Amino acid sequence: MIEFRLPSLGAEMEDGTLLEWCVKPGDRVKKGDVVAVVDTSKSAIDVEIWQEGTVDELVLKPGDKVPVGTVMIRLREAGEAGAPAATKPAAAPTPAATAPARPAVAAARTPTAAPPAPEAVIPVASAGGRQRASPSARALAHELDIDLATVAGTGPHGVITREDVEKVAAARKATTAAPGSMATTKPDGVKSSGPGSAGQARAATPVERSLSMRSAIAAAMARSKREIPHYYLATEVPMQRITRWLAARNAGKPITERVLMAAPLIKAVALALRKFPELNGYYQNGGFVAGEGIHIGVAISLRQGGLIAPAIRDVADTDLDELMRRLANLVSRARALSLRSSEMTDATITVTNLGDQGVELVQGVIYPPQVALVGFGKVTDRVRAVDDGAIAVMPAVTVSLAADHRASDGHRGALFLAEIARLLQSPESLDGAADTIVK
Amino acid sequence: MDEPTLRKTVFDTLRRIAPEVTPADLEPAVPLRDQVDLDSMDWLNFLIALHDKLGVDIPESDYQKLVTLDDVMGYLKARCG
Repeated sequence: MIEFRLPSLGAEMEDGTLLEWCVKPGDRVKKGDVVAVVDTSKSAIDVEIWQEGTVDELVLKPGDKVPVGTVMIRLREAGEAGAPAATKPAAAPTPAATAPARPAVAAARTPTAAPPAPEAVIPVASAGGRQRASPSARALAHELDIDLATVAGTGPHGVITREDVEKVAAARKATTAAPGSMATTKPDGVKSSGPGSAGQARAATPVERSLSMRSAIAAAMARSKREIPHYYLATEVPMQRITRWLAARNAGKPITERVLMAAPLIKAVALALRKFPELNGYYQNGGFVAGEGIHIGVAISLRQGGLIAPAIRDVADTDLDELMRRLANLVSRARALSLRSSEMTDATITVTNLGDQGVELVQGVIYPPQVALVGFGKVTDRVRAVDDGAIAVMPAVTVSLAADHRASDGHRGALFLAEIARLLQSPESLDGAADTIVK
Repeated sequence: MDEPTLRKTVFDTLRRIAPEVTPADLEPAVPLRDQVDLDSMDWLNFLIALHDKLGVDIPESDYQKLVTLDDVMGYLKARCG
């Protein structure tokens, strides 16, 4: 039996309220299928599953508000019969199923590492005797002062691996950063969403949403400023060539196919990141982990207040027209509060473009556990010295980098900004998919 | 299309993008994007929606002519007949 748990859909997420199921017992599901709609502090999110199997049991009911890491669905693997009634767990999660130190945060961050192991999770936590663990896991747990009884083993026969201990350490860290989350949750885990609403699933009202979004942003940004030693760099980039190039490119096209400057800016960041992988990824468990792709979180302000930074995947491999379509689609769905869970968790870096608000320089706050944020200000006409000692007036933009000094240094950060500047001087290099791009 | 109908179409389109807008509060001669918080994506969507409803093609080179509500009304009126 596979358990699908409520994933963390962002650094600041502590719990979620099930709004509705999109599957029923007996349905076959595969990785990427939307199985439920869950309300978080920021938005109602279509939650995608990362396992494959047949739905055996829907553990929660609409209206339940549960902490991250709570079992939502039990799945049968291919060839596995339905669980015998006698051993089938009760619908309400047992204490073991919501054991405090679930590796939920780490598991959600790297879905592919999620355990396919049957009977791995509950027996280990509930067994009274010595935990079965690899020597390396045992040593690490001792070092980090983690009780093996709180670790879910995902190795063969439920053996605790080193990775399992690391996940718990990461989850504990995240918990420390967000007071009042999993660790303080009572073992019975499931709370009703409030008086008068028992069993009733409803999305938050705009006022509730606005308040909860404010506190979610506060938690994530306070954690960022508390934990991440930021360094900041900025440089001015001439935009004359790309402005003309984009105008010419758009001139022949119907309005629905025109590309906004935001798209080539995001593309330039993605291409530059290929040479600076230390800015693309996460700082986790005391070290930098490079992202598996270049998935750019785009900061989108919401009309009702607050912001959200869902990801566009594999930006470096996407041609400009497709990138623009995805960007437009993402912005409209973010504002309609209709995003998918992978979009909330996949970003390996964030780009924010505050130029529309008229500012020239962005000094960003990194979205943990990411290690960098690139900001673009307004494209404005500026006086610049040109090659032969003359001065000229030309459009330019200030691009800035806020980066995590634990993962990179200012020297590399400066080279990264120079690479973005270089790419923006040859706009045609931003147009195609990666294979066709001259490096 | 007569002017009141055109005006209503423009306001309806604007309110789909910025639901908080009260048409009566908009100053017709003040730049629209100074009065309503519209970013470049909102502005593009506004023009695309007008294009869809009215069948008016708006070349990118004309964007700079569309600053105030009066500009937008005048531009569309001239092209909707």
